[in-house]
Amino acid sequence: MSEALTFHFDVNGEDFTSAGQASVRFKKNMRELGVDPEIIRRASIAMYEGEINMVIHAHGGVADVAVTEDAIEIVLKDKGPGIPDIKKAMQEGYSTAPDNIRSLGFGAGMGLPNMKRYTDEMEIESTVGVGTTVTMKIKLK
Amino acid sequence: MTVAEFAEKYSMEVLSLPDPSREIKGGYMGDLLSWVMGRAKADQAWITIMSNQNIIAVASLIDVACIILAEDVRLDESIIENAKAKGVNVLTTKNPAFEVACEICHEIK
Repeated sequence: MSEALTFHFDVNGEDFTSAGQASVRFKKNMRELGVDPEIIRRASIAMYEGEINMVIHAHGGVADVAVTEDAIEIVLKDKGPGIPDIKKAMQEGYSTAPDNIRSLGFGAGMGLPNMKRYTDEMEIESTVGVGTTVTMKIKLK
Repeated sequence: MTVAEFAEKYSMEVLSLPDPSREIKGGYMGDLLSWVMGRAKADQAWITIMSNQNIIAVASLIDVACIILAEDVRLDESIIENAKAKGVNVLTTKNPAFEVACEICHEIK
């Protein structure tokens, strides 16, 4: 497989209760490709956390996935408020999620740390007032 | 022990059981969804008191054997339908989470 297989998902920021649709579809796509179940599990949890972040903080965004022979690359892009201090945002337990989100069981300050935990590479590019792009890579070999 | 056997032995009410023969290989207890996603493992029974729509997506993604709702927590009909559609087993019991954990422990030891 020399060319990447690509998947595009729109993440709807309006409806928090249906958040996760892109990740669940992504998981199904990966299953159909025959990717190892533990890798699918790691990649889809990382993507779900990213999707939830986009819904909570950025009114949604887009997710682009590229699968090659060597890796799954997930790029999450939003036009939200941006992250002023990425180092702080990466700390376990640090969260800026509002109370209504916390009451649903999110906002534990574990989203970005989980994304890092379950992927092999993660990069965050963010500009305050412009948006955030998170690129994650999970190796297949 | 399978989810169906466990539900029957401990008189749990079945809310959704699309995959009755799924084996329970351990347990995890928690209500903070990101915490659960970071720590729970596939094939465990996940004990929680959370009852919103998101628990179904979380259970599906972490690939747990089932969700066990403690303290007689109930789900809306639309959430139960979603669980069935996504292949997520959901049980509910009057017992508190700690007792459910003991029951799981008893079965997998």
